[in-house]
Amino acid sequence: MSAAADTLEISLTLNGERVKRAVPARLNLADFLRHEMELTGTHVGCEHGVCGACTVRVDGEIARSCLMFAAQADGCTVDTIEGMSDSRELEELQSAFVLYNALQCGFCTPGMLMAAQALLRDEPDPSRERIREYLSGNYCRCTGYQSIVDAVEAVAKARKGRSK
Amino acid sequence: MSGFDETTRTLNFDAPNSYIGRSVTRPQARRLAQGRSHYVDDMVLPRMLHVAYVRSPHAHAKIVAIESKKAAAMPGVVRIAAGADIAMVCKPYVGVLTHLAGMRSPPQYPLAMDVARWQGEPVVAVVAASRAEAEDAAEMVDVIYEELPAALDAERALDPAEPKIHKEFDSNLCFRRVVDTGGVDAAMKDAHLVVEDTIHFGRHTGVTLEPRAILADYSRADESMTVYHCGQSPHMMQGIIASRLSLDEHRVRIIARDVGGSFGIKIHTYGDEMAACALSLMLGRPVKFAADRYESFVSDIHARDHRVRAKLAVDREGNMLALEIDDLTGVGPYSMFPRSSGVECNQVLNLTGGPYKHKEYRATGTVVFQNKNLMCQYRAVGHPIAIAVAEHMVDQAAAKLGIDPLEMRKKNVVPDDAYPYKSPSGMRFEALSHQQCLAKLFEIMQYDELRREQSELRKKGVHRGIGLSCFIEVTNPSPMFYGVGGARIAAQDGCTIKLDANGSIVAATGVTEQGQGTETIMAQIAATAVGVEMSCVKVLTGDTDKVPYGGGTWASRAAGIGGEAVLQAGLALKRNILEIGAVILKTSASELDIVDGKVVKKGTEQGITLAELARICYYRGNELPVDFQPELIVTRHYRVKDYPFVFCNGVQGCLLEVDADTGFVKLLKMWCVDDCGRVINPKLVDEQVRGGIVQGIGGALYEQCLYDERGQMLNATMADYLVPMAAEMPDIETAHVQTPTKTSMLGAKGAGEAGTGGAPAAIMNAVNDALRPLGAKVTQQPITPEVVLKSLGRV
Repeated sequence: MSAAADTLEISLTLNGERVKRAVPARLNLADFLRHEMELTGTHVGCEHGVCGACTVRVDGEIARSCLMFAAQADGCTVDTIEGMSDSRELEELQSAFVLYNALQCGFCTPGMLMAAQALLRDEPDPSRERIREYLSGNYCRCTGYQSIVDAVEAVAKARKGRSK
Repeated sequence: MSGFDETTRTLNFDAPNSYIGRSVTRPQARRLAQGRSHYVDDMVLPRMLHVAYVRSPHAHAKIVAIESKKAAAMPGVVRIAAGADIAMVCKPYVGVLTHLAGMRSPPQYPLAMDVARWQGEPVVAVVAASRAEAEDAAEMVDVIYEELPAALDAERALDPAEPKIHKEFDSNLCFRRVVDTGGVDAAMKDAHLVVEDTIHFGRHTGVTLEPRAILADYSRADESMTVYHCGQSPHMMQGIIASRLSLDEHRVRIIARDVGGSFGIKIHTYGDEMAACALSLMLGRPVKFAADRYESFVSDIHARDHRVRAKLAVDREGNMLALEIDDLTGVGPYSMFPRSSGVECNQVLNLTGGPYKHKEYRATGTVVFQNKNLMCQYRAVGHPIAIAVAEHMVDQAAAKLGIDPLEMRKKNVVPDDAYPYKSPSGMRFEALSHQQCLAKLFEIMQYDELRREQSELRKKGVHRGIGLSCFIEVTNPSPMFYGVGGARIAAQDGCTIKLDANGSIVAATGVTEQGQGTETIMAQIAATAVGVEMSCVKVLTGDTDKVPYGGGTWASRAAGIGGEAVLQAGLALKRNILEIGAVILKTSASELDIVDGKVVKKGTEQGITLAELARICYYRGNELPVDFQPELIVTRHYRVKDYPFVFCNGVQGCLLEVDADTGFVKLLKMWCVDDCGRVINPKLVDEQVRGGIVQGIGGALYEQCLYDERGQMLNATMADYLVPMAAEMPDIETAHVQTPTKTSMLGAKGAGEAGTGGAPAAIMNAVNDALRPLGAKVTQQPITPEVVLKSLGRV
């Protein structure tokens, strides 16, 4: 049997909706999201788990969708940029990214936002150095990173101000 | 109020409602931040096929046979095509420019014909229903090669014993040029001091985060080709695809929607992209090619890879007298079409020492063929080499004479009041501001304080370095860049602007957007010129069917050339609107102005909105005089006429720390004072500078395409090829001096490449500043820990 013909039934919660599909065993999650589910906001930059452009959230934790098989998402809750934009979960970060021009071509941005959101959830008050360190798994070739750090820092400060 | 004075024909850019000089946010950034982008690989067309390529595993090999029967029987496979099959429908191309005298390169075909000349050259195309099936089948194609000896080292390329890459040429020489003022030898002989060094620059590449992609859709019904292209120059591609595939140019449409980074990488003719177009033509179906990262590393153009020998002569006081350079660069087996691979070397010859007032200059440039991936124009073409060489030599001389590097530069830059000025290399500079920029850098760096801190820390064994680089940048090229050399690349650009029936403004421009903010600044200019709010303006780019013929975005030309066309079109539309307003309001146009989207009598708020004016023109023409025809669409074009190029300038500063035990370089901070003429959007300019500097940092410290002795690229993955990451990058402080160019009303020069051009020089000078007390010096980029440790004699 060829690899392509070897399919598996999976069901998952994708952006809050129940999804059932038969997928080739070798299909990675990034290609599943992009080609099968037409969620093209998840980008593929390196297919090695290095650049971070394909970052999505699986069961609440960020993951490289190019390093996961779609079959591994069986039974999981998967969130992508589309779902997290529709739910407005990312709105504050997205607005800060626009304000600080923390994106140019936009190819890294969905993955960068995923990582930034995860950082601020776990560490609400990170230093600039910590933001830089945390985001080092997400490549950006346009901005030089400073404006991204500015945007994430601004959101952290705004949230801190509100929680006082 | 747009603040345009009809009598003086000048625009008051500081008028209250002017958008020029304001850091407005980018409207499309919100869409990109929500993942609602349209990159080529996101697109799906009915009956679309995918192509994957079998690429040469050898640097140089004869193709003996191609066995594809097994592959053709694989699931989903539609067509397998070799070089000769593609050549039946796609003519070859030759990447030479006639004004680079003597340059030569043989015809290049999309796929290798009988000989493969670099590892990664596409050899066989496999078309299938999905990319995965195309890749499966590509693995089953059996190409039998006879490996040939490869010419890899540029230093040896012209040695008669080296393998010749093209049998039609007597050597591996592509291009040679000499610039000579005539008095270099005499000046060197009489000089107080002559410093000499050889500097090596590694090969690196653009690593656009979105790999190259193309989707070609040929329709047999109307013999038209629509190409969704991830690129920077739609009209150039239209001409190339039409001429190579023998199609009517007006039936070829190029659409460039969102582009995920370009930096000069996506502005060339790639065989895999041409073959995808040819296959769509052959099959009458849409064919998509999207490079994977390995393909990007071995087929996206590489850049730099120069060896420069340099000599600088100075007098006792440190005044520069003469500069001599000898640049050698290897560009792969072909000169890239259509811009040629001679331009980077040519720029090095033109630009080296450009900020300085020495009189004598001799430069020799040699471009050779080699069996490595092709090299061509990448962000800041030639600038990082030219600037690093001159700045290194200036520092070497300053150190020998005991002069502070900042003082050395103040002493030697062409004074701000000496312009216009012609450099010894023949470049004409309209107006530059090196003195003002140096003064500002001194201030924002707190230079004296940094020097004090540096000497304190040295006592504690901390090796800090401070580096400077004065730079010039070629922007706004006239037809003297490419057009004069026979390339069909437009130097002019146009804007068609209209008042729509609802009173909104639509501006279509030939320059393109790859994330820099082109569409935003064009909206700022259009809104200012017409006199409306920016939210009323829509900008169209990237579609050859919908925008005026233009060059696209490269050489930092979009703001300066595209922007001027938008400005002139906007002012012309405003004149038309005022004439219509005068008819409706029964007054003269000179009594009227447009303020906040309303045609008003000057100094009053009385008048009619543009929506009302448009309503009358489009729906109620019966209310207008019978002899009056309103025109609400105008087009204006612009090209630079007075100078071959409009130069901008600036200065960068770098503070870093060298760990003498590990060789690691830690960047602490960078500064840039940039003079890009009129600043349209300060935030966007700053971000161009910052992003540019970080790409310069990449070349200076991390990035290198490593080849082994058989011509195999060793680090063709993102895990192995180092690009700058957030943690290692410093904060970058920017400041501006504004010397608007008088070649246009807008006065904007380019800003896209200054950062990349100037950073490697500042970094290398800072590293050497840190190493100097240890008696060490680096003359090689990237400055890896190994390079630093070798310079210290520790490995």
